[in-house]
Amino acid sequence: MTQVLSALLIWAAGFALNVKLANGPAHDTAATRTAIPVIFGITILLMWELLVRGLGVPTVILPPPSLIAETFAANLGTLWQDFTQTILKGALSGYLIGILAAFGTALLVDRYDFLKRGLLPIGNFMAALPIVGTAPILVMWFGFGWQSKAAVVVLMVYFPMLVNTVAGLQDTTAMQRDLMHTYAATWWQSMVKLRLPAALPFIFNGLKISTTLALIGAIVAEFFGSPTQGLGFRISTSIGALDLGMVWAAILVSALAGTAFYGLMTALERRMTFWHASHRK
Amino acid sequence: MKKVLPVLTLVLGLIALWYVAAIPMNIKEVLTQAERDGATITPASAQERRDLSNLSLVLQNPGQIGQSWSTKRPILPAPHRVVAELYDSTIHEELTGRRGIVRSGTLSNRSLIYHGLVTLSATALGFAIGATLGIALAIGIVHSRVMDMSVMPWAIISQTIPIVALAPMIIVVLYSIGVQGLLPKAIISAYLSFFPVVVGMVKGLRSPDHMQMDLMRTYNAGQTTVLSKLRLPSSVPYLFASLKIAIAASLVGAIVGELPVQKGGLGARMLAGSYYGQMEQIWAALFMAAALAATLVWAISAAERATLKKMGMAQ
Repeated sequence: MTQVLSALLIWAAGFALNVKLANGPAHDTAATRTAIPVIFGITILLMWELLVRGLGVPTVILPPPSLIAETFAANLGTLWQDFTQTILKGALSGYLIGILAAFGTALLVDRYDFLKRGLLPIGNFMAALPIVGTAPILVMWFGFGWQSKAAVVVLMVYFPMLVNTVAGLQDTTAMQRDLMHTYAATWWQSMVKLRLPAALPFIFNGLKISTTLALIGAIVAEFFGSPTQGLGFRISTSIGALDLGMVWAAILVSALAGTAFYGLMTALERRMTFWHASHRK
Repeated sequence: MKKVLPVLTLVLGLIALWYVAAIPMNIKEVLTQAERDGATITPASAQERRDLSNLSLVLQNPGQIGQSWSTKRPILPAPHRVVAELYDSTIHEELTGRRGIVRSGTLSNRSLIYHGLVTLSATALGFAIGATLGIALAIGIVHSRVMDMSVMPWAIISQTIPIVALAPMIIVVLYSIGVQGLLPKAIISAYLSFFPVVVGMVKGLRSPDHMQMDLMRTYNAGQTTVLSKLRLPSSVPYLFASLKIAIAASLVGAIVGELPVQKGGLGARMLAGSYYGQMEQIWAALFMAAALAATLVWAISAAERATLKKMGMAQ
């Protein structure tokens, strides 16, 4: 009971602190901007721990964060192998292939109007489809190794990336294109000097969407067959053994990988599209 | 016509490519079958064929090409076989099957119509939960700086987590505390669909410019009036754009949610097909899912057009 009460107290204290920070004089500084979500996160974690212990929730249903951290620390070796198998081999290689293929197609689509009118509606349609459904087929074709996971990832990231890149390449004004024309710029010159830089915000949007899709694709594909390592394999087998600490540790790994991957793309975006309106102060 | 022709050409091209690809993909199975039926093939034994590439096998046995489009156990079924399977497991099954709707009065549990409806109901429920939650969260974020600063970063981080990885666990855990049926799947759908709605709605609710906000202030309008008369109406185009993304995501969530519990649905059909090597069944379920996604997105677009027209916002 005391634990439940203290959980509520911590919630109230964290919330009051955040309200004070957000409405205080320093609410626009970078420090406050990081502090508020961090305080929020810590409050949630503490409440989770105290409520699970205080209410006696069985660990099979929801393990407390301390148990997850313990399992995580105790199984670093296994989890690292899973990470290499799923993220580095499956997701990352598929991501690179898919992005490059989509980029190449986008250049072709941009060059030939016929392709643009034919391929874009199909691309838009395909981007809305549940591509995850092709996972069983691709696992059957490419085997249980990382190749089949990479294939699923390629299909998943291809269409969002294609649609975004093509949209970005069209994001120049007639005035800008006319200027390139008066310079007698060739197609390649105007592509490299004007249209690719102008397309970067859209391209990064596609890259960011694709990071999550890549991880989802690689993990779900493992449910349909995998070698005896990998995050998807770890999750599905640990559930079977009711080892919920391990399940959550695997989820923690994928969450960390996903956040790091996304953060990397955001950092790259900040560096490369510093001129864009959304990044100017 | 100018729009249809390129799309049609590319679709026909893709189908042609599919037929061509089916030849080398299926050739090994076809040759094994032909050997059993007593045909002469080069090279004669399966052992020798195993080490040869599929392409050279096709070139050495051009007479068997036709078979690769009609073989019983294809690696890549030809398009007309998938369409036939789709027909068999929908219309044919319901009209003439022992468990079909005509003979038994209920939808057959072997038909894709039944499984499609299972998936559709989970998708719809999850979408409804996710969209409501998303809109509520967006309204909170727009009105409270604390929520904006504390929840928004976590909402973004929550989407970088491959949540689908959680699907089997959520379902098994909810199952163990007695929640079964639609709700567990709908929760996964809701999780996937709430984020696009939050992002779109926050943008939409903040889209009225200074001039409009100032006008509301000169009217001495309260926060609720500003919300109902200005913010919500001007957020409608943003809402529909994000609803389209959300419903597609919701369908993915429902399909993935059906994988761990084999209780019907398109995801369950796909997993069953993958266990028993029934490629045609997987493809048919995939086509059904594609048709479902297209219909759902189309329905939202239709609602969008009608609403915007009624509000006088259509271009």
